[in-house]
Amino acid sequence: MSRYTWYFLAVAVVLVLSLLILFPMDKGTLLGRPIKLGLDLQGGTRIVYKADLSSIPDSQKGKALDGAIAVLQNRINPLGVSEPNIRKLGADQILVEVPGKTLTDAEKDNLARVALLEFGEQVTDNGTYKWQDALGKWKPATGVVDNQTLELTSAYFQDNTYVTTGNLGQVLLIFNWDTIGSQLSEQITTRLYNASNAPLGIFEGDQPLVGEDGRPIAPSVQGIISDRGQIEGLSATEASRLSSQLNAGRLPIPLSRTSDERTVEPWLGAGFVTKSVRAGALAIAMTMLFLIVYYRISGLMASFALAYYAILTLAIFKVLTVTLSLSAIGGFILSVGMAIDANVLIFERMKEEMWAGRTVGAAIETGFSRAWTAIWDSHVTTLLSGLIIYWLGSSSFVASDIAKGFAVTLMIGVAVSLFSAITVTRTFLRPFVNTSFAANPSFFAPWQRKTNV
Amino acid sequence: MSETPREMNIIGKRFWFFLISGAVILAGIIALIAFGLKPGIEFKSGTEVTISFSENATATKEKVTGALEELGYASGSFIVRAAGADYILDLPELNDAGKAALLSALAKVGDFKDGGFYTVSPLAAGQTVRNASIAVLVSAVVILLYLAWAFRRMPNPIRWGTCAIASLLHDVLVVIGVFAILSGIFGWQVDLMFVAAVLTVAGYSVNDTIVIYDRIREGVRRNPGAAFESVVNRSLVETMSRTLVTGLGTLFVLIALAIIVGGPIQNLVVVLLVGIVTGTYSSIGTAASLLVVWERGEWGRFIRRKASA
Repeated sequence: MSRYTWYFLAVAVVLVLSLLILFPMDKGTLLGRPIKLGLDLQGGTRIVYKADLSSIPDSQKGKALDGAIAVLQNRINPLGVSEPNIRKLGADQILVEVPGKTLTDAEKDNLARVALLEFGEQVTDNGTYKWQDALGKWKPATGVVDNQTLELTSAYFQDNTYVTTGNLGQVLLIFNWDTIGSQLSEQITTRLYNASNAPLGIFEGDQPLVGEDGRPIAPSVQGIISDRGQIEGLSATEASRLSSQLNAGRLPIPLSRTSDERTVEPWLGAGFVTKSVRAGALAIAMTMLFLIVYYRISGLMASFALAYYAILTLAIFKVLTVTLSLSAIGGFILSVGMAIDANVLIFERMKEEMWAGRTVGAAIETGFSRAWTAIWDSHVTTLLSGLIIYWLGSSSFVASDIAKGFAVTLMIGVAVSLFSAITVTRTFLRPFVNTSFAANPSFFAPWQRKTNV
Repeated sequence: MSETPREMNIIGKRFWFFLISGAVILAGIIALIAFGLKPGIEFKSGTEVTISFSENATATKEKVTGALEELGYASGSFIVRAAGADYILDLPELNDAGKAALLSALAKVGDFKDGGFYTVSPLAAGQTVRNASIAVLVSAVVILLYLAWAFRRMPNPIRWGTCAIASLLHDVLVVIGVFAILSGIFGWQVDLMFVAAVLTVAGYSVNDTIVIYDRIREGVRRNPGAAFESVVNRSLVETMSRTLVTGLGTLFVLIALAIIVGGPIQNLVVVLLVGIVTGTYSSIGTAASLLVVWERGEWGRFIRRKASA
């Protein structure tokens, strides 16, 4: 098979795949998840949490709320592209708005979990205890670091916990201690190990951490642990919930849900999306009409190429679950503009080649190769700036969801444009070379005989 | 000059382009100093109140919005959202008198119960604008470096990147300046949409400039002996039809947005409109001219001309 047959096959396979992923747009499909819209476009769920600030001194209260907001942000938005709104409401409440209406009760509760694991040792005599469960009474396990008595908790975990499966297929939550944690752990496990393998209890809030079998998790200490530990017996869902919350950070204050929970309409008003889709359709129709009137057959093929471009780009949005907010749409529109521009660049070059007397077939090939350097440089530049904007937007220094949303769709769109401009339009145009259309260049570009050459 | 008589002489008018750009940017800067850019409700702490109208009240979002506007709130300075049967009002921070005035204005719409006034922190971090600006500036440096590399076979490759960035800053400045003028006249405020629009304009500007520079690069290679000025002019003329077609195509998108979506995104459409026109103008008028001026070392002459103009 010739190289062009391969091109044609590749273009066709990609199209079929994209269509399978894209439709239906609001449902999950092969590899794709439903298209998600941001709060500004589709509205969402609004939850008000009340913070328990009783244990925080007055001067620290604002800071504690800010800390809680930062943790919520991490939990809701690990990728940083869904643009939730999280704001302080009054003196002690936090307002959370997330796009969509699909938050379950359990998810709302989980958002507010403190995510602090505390470790305990058993109380043998009648001393004071903090927890009581089926296994007995427990007090916080403590050690001494720098002359200070400290309780062993997940506050000393590094933020790289993960879930894995052990040799016997059991679920393991793996964590690493930081420097203080490893000193504490070493002291405590040494003590428990020497006390004929006494158990180490694990608690979340005032409840013991319960395994998949419904029993509290309290392993007997079989060795001295100083750097790295594992929690065994959790269900897979519970383990991954804990792991992601531990990594996202511990809430500095307990939060509880209030009765103020409702669905809200988008910032830009209801019906915005419908109107935008209509505007998009009109814009596409006008652009295609213009291209066809001006560039004839080339314009028609470019219109197909643009439809192809849109299908492929949206399919990628679905696979990567990009949340479309207004800024994301800005990035997408810019990339569509560049995709159109790439076609225009090619056709203008073709036009010049034909005006200079080349045949249609030769003009197509030369047009593409001449336009390529401009397309390459402009696309690569845009990709690079998209990368920088995304990278900066994700850094804590210049964190900016709006810049990130913009950069993600821009990068995807520009990458697809680079592919479609050079392969798709050409693949669509080439079959015309051997037809009778090709005898008349005016079918392929605005035609004007150059008089003053 | 050696061109055919029919060829437009664009580069020859470069000082006029600089004069026009300078005047527009100057006007914008004056407007910026005089009016400043007002941060929109998204960027400030505000007051939020939830209003539950009684069942026999015939409240609608339009009526609530109307009541607020009657009270003197400029459109765009507050947000009303329906949440089930209730309305959530986001307003600038209110004092007690403001709260009382609001409640009596809403009473005209219908009986209601308010859920209490709460101070809310800004919707978007105050640093959003600062952060987006840093992102644009850092990416400008990277663009400069890439272009210096892409044009490494040209004499003085660093000039191309520098002039492209100058042209980008020109476009962004014009857009911000025009917005400052509009905000002085109509009280427009900087919102998240404005930030997204400026990012888009910056991207468009760079793309448009690079396409023209690419053509100049090709022209320089093919005509090693020709005067730089005439190569640049010829490249501009040859790419003119592409520049206009692409600009026109983009305008179609904006016109469709303006006609169908209208109201809520007027800022976005106007900023993009100004940005596309400026981007197209600057890639023809100033981006290439800057290269020529630098090549010929004409800065001094330009300043003298301007002084005498």
